[in-house]
Amino acid sequence: MLLGLVHPDAGQVLLLGRRAGDPEARARVGYLPELFRYQPWLSAAEVVALHVKLSGVEVDDGAQRESLAAVGLGERARDRVGGFSKGMQQRLGLAVALVSRPELVILDEPTSALDPLGRADVRDLVTSLRERGVAVLLNSHLIGEVERVCDRVVILDKGRLAASGTLAELLGRRELRLRLETVDDRALARLAAAGEVTRAGDAFTVVLEDADVVPDLVADLVALGVRVHSVEPARISLEQRLLDILREP
Amino acid sequence: MTLRTVWIFAGLTLREASRRRVVRSLAGLMLVLLAVSAFGFSRIDAEFSGLTTGEAYLATSTVLNLVMFGLSLIAALGTAFLAGPILAGEIESGMALAILARPIRRSAVLVGKWLGLAGFGSGFVAAAGLAQLLVVWATTGYWPPSPFVGLALLAGQTVVLLTLGLLLSTLISPMASGIVAVGLFGATWIAGVVGGLGVALENEAVERVGTVSRVLLPTDGLWRGAMNAFQSPGLLSQFTEAFEGHPFLSASGLTAAYVLWAVVWVALMLALSAMSLVRRDL
Repeated sequence: MLLGLVHPDAGQVLLLGRRAGDPEARARVGYLPELFRYQPWLSAAEVVALHVKLSGVEVDDGAQRESLAAVGLGERARDRVGGFSKGMQQRLGLAVALVSRPELVILDEPTSALDPLGRADVRDLVTSLRERGVAVLLNSHLIGEVERVCDRVVILDKGRLAASGTLAELLGRRELRLRLETVDDRALARLAAAGEVTRAGDAFTVVLEDADVVPDLVADLVALGVRVHSVEPARISLEQRLLDILREP
Repeated sequence: MTLRTVWIFAGLTLREASRRRVVRSLAGLMLVLLAVSAFGFSRIDAEFSGLTTGEAYLATSTVLNLVMFGLSLIAALGTAFLAGPILAGEIESGMALAILARPIRRSAVLVGKWLGLAGFGSGFVAAAGLAQLLVVWATTGYWPPSPFVGLALLAGQTVVLLTLGLLLSTLISPMASGIVAVGLFGATWIAGVVGGLGVALENEAVERVGTVSRVLLPTDGLWRGAMNAFQSPGLLSQFTEAFEGHPFLSASGLTAAYVLWAVVWVALMLALSAMSLVRRDL
């Protein structure tokens, strides 16, 4: 809907301050679709040049070549897209999305066809875009990927907004997982003073309001004669939070 | 920007046609047709040397129109089957997503692709048709009365059919659009032949079949105009009424009103295609 590919049933969509139906609103937007296919009879460099022409932005040949090199296709620029693997086509899609110096980049499942190395490259690319002040709208089912690169997260359920906010707002509480021996009542009281405690045998989980209390807590436990086997700060994962939200009745 | 987009897509369509080896395939088919027809026309000349000039012109005109029909069929099949994948195929494969997310109008993309296809189809018909006329001239000495009008009308017929193919491809799958377009082309031609028989038999109801089909889809009307331009003038008047309703001879040329209607028809279909494409969710 943002890109005018699907028509809204109702309401208004604004894109970079303009009505989304106006083609000019898309002038500073880069897009990598989930279903990425590019003209198989063109070379990678020709596909990039075509998108530069269509975007109406001046991008010199050197910058076009750089955009292909940035996604690891510098050596294959003159090869026909028809001979590319899915992963290479997705990399080409990224180059196409980024070549016209967009202010907003919409990436729909950008790593679906990539190997672990390719996924790491895309994460680095998204991070570098963020550092350059480019807004990135990343749509993904790979929650770990989202958690690693996104500042703000929106969770949609059946087309409706289920939750939104920064990662800290969404994930909220931090936990401390400890494995302890010789825990007496004084040690239990010290743990309870740090936060809500749950115990399963020698495994303790303390819900912390403030992560800075961890060194003092560990020092006090040792002073109280507790044998500390492991201390593991943890945060509820986005995946767990997502499941909690979607399973709420 | 809109005009620029039209040019970009017209150029892209021509490049696609050449890179996908459509040009090479059509040129190959055309060469076969030219070679076979050159042999055929040389035999007409050699074996019917006892014919009067009028009889020889009749034979040559009929066979020329028959060969031209083959040529127009190749052009029609080529462009109709190219029109489907070029639009519907791109939408189906997802290729259109990245393109249409650019700051361009869908209607400009459609017109650009149409222009590219029209240029390709017309160029092919003009070049191949002219080569065919030269072959006939070289083998039999026959040169049609209005060769360029005939070639222009043949090109027009190709443009009409590809416009229909483009409209269909915004509504149905690429393969189906090609099949339906070529099917309608064939049906209109048959309706035209039936209408011609109606004229010969002086049966108005049968005659109306041809007239109505020619208005609904102007391919057959333009084809008959092209035949008239290729055949020897006054041919029908010299021969008996038995030639009335002949599928490869045309009794009269086209009126300006009909040519204008064909132009309006193409514009209308193009506008409908644009409306259909603009409203479509991708």
